[in-house]
Amino acid sequence: MDSQLFTALQVVVGVPAALVGYIWLTERIVTLVPPKWQPRLRPWFWLGPAVALLGFFLVYPTIRTIIRSFQSKSPLRPEWVGLENYKWFFTNDGALAALFNNVLWVVLLGFFTVGLGLFIAILVDRVRYEAWAKSIIFLPLAISMVAAGVIWKFMYDFRPPGQPQTGTLNAAIAPFGLGPVAWLQSPSLHLSTFALIAIMIWMWTGFAMVIISAALKGIDPELLEAARLDGAGEWQVFRRVIFPLLAPTLAVVSTTMVITSLKTFDIVYTLTNGNYDTEVIANLMIKEMFTFGDFGRASAVAVVLLLAIVPVMAFNIRQFRAQEAVR
Amino acid sequence: MTTTVEPRPLPRPLAAPAVQEKSRRPRRVARIALHLAVVALMLLWAIPTLGLLINSFRPQSEISSSGWWTALAPPYQFTMENYSEVMGQTGIGQAFLNSLFIAIPATIIPIVVAAFAAYAFSWMEFPGRDLLFVVVVGLLVVPLQTTLIPVLRAFADWGITGEFVAVWLAHAGYGLPFAVYLLRNFMGSLPKSLFESAAMDGANHVTAFFRVAMPLCVPAFAALAIFQFLFVWNDLLVALIYIGLANPDNLPLTATMANLVNSLGGGWYLLAAAAFLSMVVPLLIFFGLQRYFIRGIVGGAVKG
Repeated sequence: MDSQLFTALQVVVGVPAALVGYIWLTERIVTLVPPKWQPRLRPWFWLGPAVALLGFFLVYPTIRTIIRSFQSKSPLRPEWVGLENYKWFFTNDGALAALFNNVLWVVLLGFFTVGLGLFIAILVDRVRYEAWAKSIIFLPLAISMVAAGVIWKFMYDFRPPGQPQTGTLNAAIAPFGLGPVAWLQSPSLHLSTFALIAIMIWMWTGFAMVIISAALKGIDPELLEAARLDGAGEWQVFRRVIFPLLAPTLAVVSTTMVITSLKTFDIVYTLTNGNYDTEVIANLMIKEMFTFGDFGRASAVAVVLLLAIVPVMAFNIRQFRAQEAVR
Repeated sequence: MTTTVEPRPLPRPLAAPAVQEKSRRPRRVARIALHLAVVALMLLWAIPTLGLLINSFRPQSEISSSGWWTALAPPYQFTMENYSEVMGQTGIGQAFLNSLFIAIPATIIPIVVAAFAAYAFSWMEFPGRDLLFVVVVGLLVVPLQTTLIPVLRAFADWGITGEFVAVWLAHAGYGLPFAVYLLRNFMGSLPKSLFESAAMDGANHVTAFFRVAMPLCVPAFAALAIFQFLFVWNDLLVALIYIGLANPDNLPLTATMANLVNSLGGGWYLLAAAAFLSMVVPLLIFFGLQRYFIRGIVGGAVKG
């Protein structure tokens, strides 16, 4: 433990010191160059470490993965197999089921987190204990998804009928005569997937709520005042004034939730590992990697995930460019 | 974020009442309904965590036979034995330390690297600047799944799989797009006059960075540090892949807990206590530094 502590301390102090030294050193180098060229050279030194890390951990591997997806299983001597892995993916029942589940995730997680987040943001705006309410709803975002999985494992716990129920949910519905439900082990009607999505909704609504709440408070109160004086009812104020002004914020939150849904892994891995028809793409990829050792297929799965995200990426970039133009 | 969307024209009532007759509206009922709704929501959100907390203080025999709410009525059978067993078990204690060893450097490295890059993006003019930043914005959403296999192969070739340095570097790389994006937005919104007067006083970029930009960016650094720390502390996938198989002794708390949940055998009653221990650090940070955490999230999504 001591050696680990020592190493960590070295890193915590050493890396910033090394970077500062690097900047100082490169500045000396830059001053050696004719003044006209200095502003053209200096930025690249400052960007150097960042570009190197981004290139090595994000850009280069993504390209390699795309290439790898066209190659065969064998890790040592992969051969080119063209679209073989993709054909497998789109004809395999398990893979298609995972894809469908991800669609469920995207639609339901996005809709409910944004919808609930909006609803709650508007509600708590009108009570004095707003800060408390927001804290409690936001809290689940601070914990790990594994911990959230543990929390909800106790919520969803199932005991055979006749025995006292230990799970909160089953105990809550028992007084209404509804039988105990094996929430996490029910493939029928995608119940288990819904159960998992509910966990993520519990976690992420706070995220949506906080952002929407900030945007809500940024709306000029005079606009709302004017609307109300004109005789508009609350619903109309919402539909005609608040909602259009919030639209860009809702878009940003929605795209974040879309990405979160597509990348979902922790919850599924921890609670069901894809069984009971809960499989998702991210978990499928890990299975192909480690359980089946098929890096070609795993890469293909990763690329499918990437393709699904590209529309969001394009949207983000477009939004960014629009904002920059106004800046 | 300033928008230029005009609210659409509202319908004009046929005869505008001279005085608003709001006393007719059942406002008290609406207020009560509002409070009920908010409190209900708060309870709904708090109950799952509350259940876990209470369960963590109950003996094993109780957890497996009755729900946590039964502990709220006598006979009270609370115990600390779950916690003492969890902390005594070397697996989890070590995992807690591992989480710490992983998270702290993995927070500091990307912030320092991003600070210099963000400054270059904000206050240096050079060809290709905007295009490069657009690439950074694009990289914000690249799923790390698409990077796992090649990076794992590279780490294996260098012999660092299973070591902390692997996840430090990985988290630095994965955390950079958001760090650069956030810091650049913040730095770019600092008043230009500050940098102009510094330049007139003969300061070069290095001086301007350390004397002007850095001190003013402390709130942004705080927000970013919290965000990155929590992200790394709560991460499962990166640790699982780059440390997992090669060196299970170095696994952080999340991976250890995930294994505990999956294992059908004994020890599952320790889950509640273990989970709560893993939540202590994030919850402390959350309660203590909520403002900065929220500012970080909002800063990334809503500007101005």
